[in-house]
Order: sequence, then C-alpha cells, then structure tokens
Amino acid sequence: MKHETRVAYGEALKELAEVNKDIVVFDADLSKSTKTAELKKADPSRHFNAGIAECNMLGMAAGMAASGKIPFASSFAVFASGRAFEIIRNSIAYPHLNVKVVATHAGLSVGEDGASHQAIEDIALMRSLPNMRVFVASDYYETKALIKHVASIDGPCYVRLQRGKSDDIYDEDSTFDFDKVKVLKEGDDVALIATGLMTQEALKASDILKDKGIDAGVYEVVSLKPIDEEGILKIVKGHKKNFTIEEHNIIGGLYGAVSEVVAKDPSNPVYPIGVNDTFGESGQADEVMKKYGLTADNIVNIVMECAGK
Amino acid sequence: MENRELKIHARNVRKKIIEMIYSAQSGHPGGALSATDVITYLYFEKMDISEDNVSSLDRDRFVLSKGHASALLYAILDEKGLLDEDIHTFRKIDSKLQGHPSMRYLKGVDMSTGSLGQGASVAVGMALANKLDQNGHHIYCLVGDGESEEGIMWEAMMAAHHYHLDNLTYILDLNHLQIDGQIEKVMDPTPFKEKYEAFGLYVAECDGHDFDSIKKAFAEVSKVDDRPQVIIAHTVKGKGVSFMENDPSWHGSAPNEAQYKQALAELDKEEA
Repeated sequence: MKHETRVAYGEALKELAEVNKDIVVFDADLSKSTKTAELKKADPSRHFNAGIAECNMLGMAAGMAASGKIPFASSFAVFASGRAFEIIRNSIAYPHLNVKVVATHAGLSVGEDGASHQAIEDIALMRSLPNMRVFVASDYYETKALIKHVASIDGPCYVRLQRGKSDDIYDEDSTFDFDKVKVLKEGDDVALIATGLMTQEALKASDILKDKGIDAGVYEVVSLKPIDEEGILKIVKGHKKNFTIEEHNIIGGLYGAVSEVVAKDPSNPVYPIGVNDTFGESGQADEVMKKYGLTADNIVNIVMECAGK
Repeated sequence: MENRELKIHARNVRKKIIEMIYSAQSGHPGGALSATDVITYLYFEKMDISEDNVSSLDRDRFVLSKGHASALLYAILDEKGLLDEDIHTFRKIDSKLQGHPSMRYLKGVDMSTGSLGQGASVAVGMALANKLDQNGHHIYCLVGDGESEEGIMWEAMMAAHHYHLDNLTYILDLNHLQIDGQIEKVMDPTPFKEKYEAFGLYVAECDGHDFDSIKKAFAEVSKVDDRPQVIIAHTVKGKGVSFMENDPSWHGSAPNEAQYKQALAELDKEEA
C-alpha cells in the first residue's frame, strides 16, 4: 500500500490537538497541501493562516512559543527552510524556542512544479543551525509517530515530508526509536543507508542486488540531527562499501551527516547517492526521480560499480 | 509618577547607557538615547513588571525589535532593580548582557532580538497567544524607523490588524537616522502615519522626549479596543548628549574618555 506522509501529518495534528491544548498551527496559504487544514476543521481557533508570508509565519510561531505554546508551522520545504531561514535562525533556533517546522513537498519528487519548488538544500540549511533537530520521515506510519515525537521534545525541530505517496514500510503496530538508525534489513556485502522517500528505493534496490549476488543491508536514518553516531559507525565498520541515499543535495544532507561521523573513525568508504549538486526540473515525479538517479535501478548501478561484483 | 521622577529615571538610564558603551568600547548609543524617555515611561508607568514576576509569562511583555538598542533595555532593567548582571560587563565575554539581547542569557528579556524586523513579527505571535489564553496582558514592541525598511515589519502589521490584536502596541522611534544617513535619503520608509493607517493600525503621535506628550499618547491608544496601535514617537537620535544628537556616526560607536566624561557631565547638568 502507498500513503501520503503529509496526510499522516494532518491526522497527527488533529490527534495531538485533542489531548494538548497548547498545540497551535500556522500555515502560509498552503493548508490544503500541507494538510494543516485538518486541524483547522477540528479547531479553527488554533489554526492561523499567515497568508503568503513565510517569514512572518515563523516569527509569529516564535512569539507563540515564547508564550508557552507548541506551534507547528508548515509550508513547502523551499519556503519554510529557505525563505524563512534567517527568521528560524535568529528567532527560533538561537532563543531555543519550541517551534516545530514541518515542511512538506521536499525534494525532486515535487515533480511538475519544477526546480523553484523542489527543495534539495533544506536538510543542509536546518542541520547547520545550533539547537535545531532535523528529522526526515519515510512513510505514513512513521510520520504519524514522528509528529507526536517532535511534539514531546522541548525545542526547535525541523521535519521533512514529501508531496507524493510512498510505500508503507511500517504498519499500525510498528514501534519507533527515532534516536537510533533503523535496521530494516541486514546484509553482509554493502550497506544502503537511506532517508525519507529513498528508503523505499533502497529496499527495492536491495532485492534486485540480491539476485545479482550482492547482499545489501538497508538502514533508515530518521533523525539526521542529532544522528546516531554509534549506529552509523557500527554499520560502516561492518560493511566494506557503504552508500547514503537521499532525495537531497549530496552536499550537507545525509551524506554530509554520515561522513561527518565516519570521518572521525575512517574504516570503510561511504559513497553518496543523491542529488548531485544540481537543481531539478519539471516532469512527473517518477520521471524526474529517474532522470536524476533517485531510483532503485540507479542505486543498483552505483552499488555494482563501486562494489564491483 | 511625577514628570520630575520620570526625568530622573530617564537621566539615570541615559547615564547607564553611556557607562555601558564606554566600558565595552562598543555598542549603539544613538538609538538607545532616542528611545530612552518613551521606554522609561513604559517601564515605570505602563508595564506591571517587578521582581516577583520578571521570570513569568503572566505579565505585560516588551519586545525590543530594534535589538541594537540593547543598552537601553539593560539600563531600564537596572534602573528598575531587575538586572541580574553588572552593567560594566556589557558586550564582554561570559556576560549575560549580550550585544543584542538574548532571553536565554538574561531574565527580563522577553524575546531575543537583533535581526531587524523580526521582533515586530514575534510580537504578533505573543499577542495572539495572549488572546488564546484570554489573559488580558499587553505586548509592547519598540521598532526603529530604519528597521521599517524590512519587509517582515509590514507582514507583521498586516497580520496584527487581521487578527484584531488590540492587545499589541508598537512604538516607533522616529529619529530619522540610520547607519548610512537620513532614512529619507537611504531608503525612504515614510510616510509612517499613512502607511500604518492603510495597514489598519490606530496611530497616535507624541514628542518622544516630553512626558506629558508621551503620557497622552499612551492614554489615547489604551482606549482602542478593536485593533493594534502604534505610537509614533518623534525623537532625536543621541538625545541628551549634545555631540551625539542628530549625528548618524553615533549609531554604533563608543565614546572615548573625554567624550564619556563630557556626556556624563552634560547629563548631570540636565534639569530634572
């Protein structure tokens, strides 16, 4: 089955707001797309539409947090993390205010809207801010649990969601420890360390690689900051070849986060699979993803090339 | 409080500002001195801040959106007996008195500011939270005239009006100078009154150095119960120190020893 992670976000907001009166939600004229409209339907008094003014949205969210509320603020990832970056830096991260920036429509899978709307740098931007925690969710069930998790954290958080549907990797009964790298599949030959939408591609690639005689483990990183250093080192030490897989620029995203850990104890190499420091373009999401190498087939090609079997 | 007492407090605040900036050999005297009288009035006559509630959200709060006037906020807190730090540590290593105010370093700072325009936006969120909690507390926010060249300032005012935030009062420190010169020559943000009114705010004006006039403006806006307000305070940058007045070079520079002594002597001579 496939579901949209942003639908899980809207549902989680509604459930959270029912039990916690301090939850408030901000949007910037995209509430039907980001799904914060779900909360608006449930309790309009706690949903604030900033209009097309992302900077002011994040500023208002900071003011709410400075007053003891738990604001969630949403827009597309390009605008939430990019346009409002310096508001997040100075009015949220620096004063350590309890704002949850939940950005949807991240990455090339935005599709038709093209490069102007395809955030490939948001993880890098948010990861570089002191006090900021950065999470990327892969599927519906994980997103639902993750939104509740960030609501329970006292401090600024950035959550990255995509536009389209993704394969269900988990189910209703899954439990999550977001502080740890999730082992989805053990494998002896190579490690595929994935995040977000690319987790499903890594799982598919692992199946294909198996037929080609390569035993590929699949690991999902949800918390990119702080990252599970111990878990990452264990994976990389255990595999001669490692690959990070992300729908983000290979500069500053998962590859950056993993490399920063591994460089402290270099043993086995890590290769990046992601957006190769280029902007995306328009097209159906699957076409764009294919053109920019964000597919199971391309993961297989790169692994075969590097692992050389 | 009598005007005479307010004037004494304002004089003390100005002396502390000079003391801090001289001691640090760094800081922003011009825009701190211009807003001294109106913020002295605010803290001594309008806001219910005291030792008992300084760390609490359950009171009126103040956002210094023009965060570079930090010396003013610290001097006011010190004059109120609420400053938990020696003013001579201003801008020095390990001090709670950061160059621009940080709420994580010092109690009594209601919002960390310094990046211009953002405080005006945060103040909207604070006023919205007060509305949700129906607590009756007021949010005051000091903005600069040069600062008003930032786009977020107007996004904030649009939102403040949209949400009918009658519990939010902006104070514009209209001293007509920014770092590079006269605001009208650098990037003209005027006319303020007409712009504010077009954005749906109630506008009152005052002579920002005359306590009768300041009092009247605050009284006028306190009667407004359907929209946010702004008090345009007509001020003189560097007010109270002759050689700093109306000179943009004193926006962000510290006096030398002779200038420091002259500034204090002038302030001491001022009629209370």
